[in-house]
Amino acid sequence: MSSASQQAFSARLWSIFAFYTVGFVFFLVALAALEQAGMSRTPMGYVFLGATILVYAVIGITSRTNDPTEYYVAGRRVPAVFNGMATAADWMSAASFISLAGGLYAGGYSGLAFVTGWTGGYVLVALLLAPYLRKFGRFTIPDFFGARYGGHIPRMLAVAIALVCSFTYVVAQIYGLGLVTTRLTGVEFEIASFLGLAGILVCSFLGGMKAVTWTQVAQYIILIAAYMIPVVWLSVQQTGNPLPQFAYGQQLQKIGQIEERLLADPAEEEVRRIFRERADTAIAALVDPAASFERETARLRQAIELARTSGDREALKQAEDALAAYPARVDAAVAQWRSEAALAARVRPLVRHAEPFAGATEADRDTARRNFLALVFCLMVGTAALPHILMRFYTTPSVRETRSSVAWSLFFIFLLYFTAPALAVLVKYVVYHDVVGTSFSALPGWVEQWRKVDPAVLSIMDVNVDGIVQAAEILLGDDIVVLATPEIAGLPYVISGLVAAGGLSAALSTADGLLLTIANALSHDTYYKVIDPSAPTAKRVLISKVLLLLVAVVAALTAAQRPAGILHLVSAAFSFAAAGFFPALVLGIFWKRATGLGATLGMLAGFGVTLYYMSRTQPWLRELVYGIPQEMPVTDLWWGIEPISAGIFGVPVGFAVIVVVSLLTPAPAPETRRLVDTIRYPRLPP
Amino acid sequence: MRPEDSRDGLKRYWRRNLVLTAGLLFAWFVVSFVVPAFARYLDFDFFGWPFAFWVGAQGAPIVYLLIIWFYARRMDRLDREFGVAEGDEE
Repeated sequence: MSSASQQAFSARLWSIFAFYTVGFVFFLVALAALEQAGMSRTPMGYVFLGATILVYAVIGITSRTNDPTEYYVAGRRVPAVFNGMATAADWMSAASFISLAGGLYAGGYSGLAFVTGWTGGYVLVALLLAPYLRKFGRFTIPDFFGARYGGHIPRMLAVAIALVCSFTYVVAQIYGLGLVTTRLTGVEFEIASFLGLAGILVCSFLGGMKAVTWTQVAQYIILIAAYMIPVVWLSVQQTGNPLPQFAYGQQLQKIGQIEERLLADPAEEEVRRIFRERADTAIAALVDPAASFERETARLRQAIELARTSGDREALKQAEDALAAYPARVDAAVAQWRSEAALAARVRPLVRHAEPFAGATEADRDTARRNFLALVFCLMVGTAALPHILMRFYTTPSVRETRSSVAWSLFFIFLLYFTAPALAVLVKYVVYHDVVGTSFSALPGWVEQWRKVDPAVLSIMDVNVDGIVQAAEILLGDDIVVLATPEIAGLPYVISGLVAAGGLSAALSTADGLLLTIANALSHDTYYKVIDPSAPTAKRVLISKVLLLLVAVVAALTAAQRPAGILHLVSAAFSFAAAGFFPALVLGIFWKRATGLGATLGMLAGFGVTLYYMSRTQPWLRELVYGIPQEMPVTDLWWGIEPISAGIFGVPVGFAVIVVVSLLTPAPAPETRRLVDTIRYPRLPP
Repeated sequence: MRPEDSRDGLKRYWRRNLVLTAGLLFAWFVVSFVVPAFARYLDFDFFGWPFAFWVGAQGAPIVYLLIIWFYARRMDRLDREFGVAEGDEE
């Protein structure tokens, strides 16, 4: 395409999205006015849900296409800035939007591994992969493995790894969609996941990458506005400064002072002691549940007998109530003991927010430090190897635009990621200042409201029965920090709706990108390249669309089961992508001597080591593979590294195997070396 | 330009690219791994934040952004200097 028409195209995009943004602002103002006029919450939730899905449907229908270049890579004419926004939306999942700030709230410094890990990966994308993949310029990431390493085996291996990583990830997105939709409209979770699915399909089904790109830009605008408005407002309230990223230092210092006071508070100590006793009792009871149940019910019956013979009616009633409240069957008692035993997690003393690698002993602190560094490494390398992200850099018009597009991507991601630590601190200040130390009868309104919604999201119980809230008595779920911020800041409900719509956009945009990756790996790489290379283009695109529909339905059905195990595995997707893809991608570009056999074995070895380590150390996966119950402690960690960072072992193994096997096998054919040369130079002179 | 000149130029272009990439990766490595590794000792006050905390929350992402922006700029210049930029006709 000529540069003049590209410029005209870009100008049209700017005016379309400017118009869209203005419309979006008007929409919010109108809803705020309706709220003032007395519109209640549930219809407003439906309006938000309906309006967002309508926008995506309009984009999807206007972008419908049957042309493969349009369908797979949006015609390769997405300007750098817009590709940056689309990549940012593609990248930031429900977890980034909803849970990142909550993780930072709970973990303090240790949560920063996600901030650096998820931004630093883009340095690897920019320097080692994106420009070269753009010059390579095909349709999918497995295409690169097929062309560079020759033959179907590396391609199919890449397809398999892409499927494992993307499928777990997309299930988690649909699960997140279901949660947000439930909260927004009150419909049941299973129905909500399928409503979310409809939202995904209206845009990706008809127009593939082309529709997904423009939808993702639209989604980015909603999600960033939804994230920023409450934080800025909270920051103005607390510090008088509308730039929370520059103002939260003083709040962090105030938190530090409160923390020292709380650490010295005997009431906090008492609450933790009670938790420990309750957990210990439950753990002891779980050793032989049948006998414990027998003993405890016998004891309660005896108490009733005793009260009856003494003739004290009050005591008799109490004893009878105690028996009635006690679980009637062993399995119910076991469930109760399990939840009591989980209180052990709340025994640990308060962690200072800004303290790196807190721990009781030097060895504990060392392990925390190793895990932090390993996690940062895996998140970064994994970011640089997830196919749904790399795929986006095929869509720009040139290598030059791809380079600046990575910069724009990180810029747009950065806006959210460098705000999240500020949000966590501002909310923590509110909790420490307004909730801790107040009486249970005078809790702030937002606490009362969220307590009723879901005890897993926010629970406060008077454990030591002194009528005062201790910090140790508060349990905040990761989601609440973002979701409750509008109420904490005293903003109208329309902003809460906006935040939920932002979470919806984050989940939808990521799910779109992932579903395309999966469907294209199956249709383009498996069907067209391996099974039927003579398929006409219209048939190829049609098959992509059918597969997209199938994969989406399977993913939604999986998500509707609420699979706890898969949700645990999402963070593991980074380790899998890192170990499976990264070494073969980088060496394929930077080392001409890397051979097909080397890459194949290297991918298998890297992925294999990661899978092996995870299967031995991740309780859910361990139960699946070896049948060891999840309660059994994990004993064979290597250097204390947690399973989430298993990639730290897989990546070096992958590199080593590729290098060694490549040196032992004959050098790649001359045409492969020529291919690498074309990739390395934006334009190779004849 | 004679063919051997151009081959030589391409080699130099690639070497310059590798040196630039390695240098920027070094900066990336320092903010990502060296600073956190010594975080417990880097707790001096930095405009109100403990230094290591600020680097993790704000500093590192800023450095990453600068690295990518600088790389894009330098490589554009390098492309033109060595005549390998897209749309360049000799």
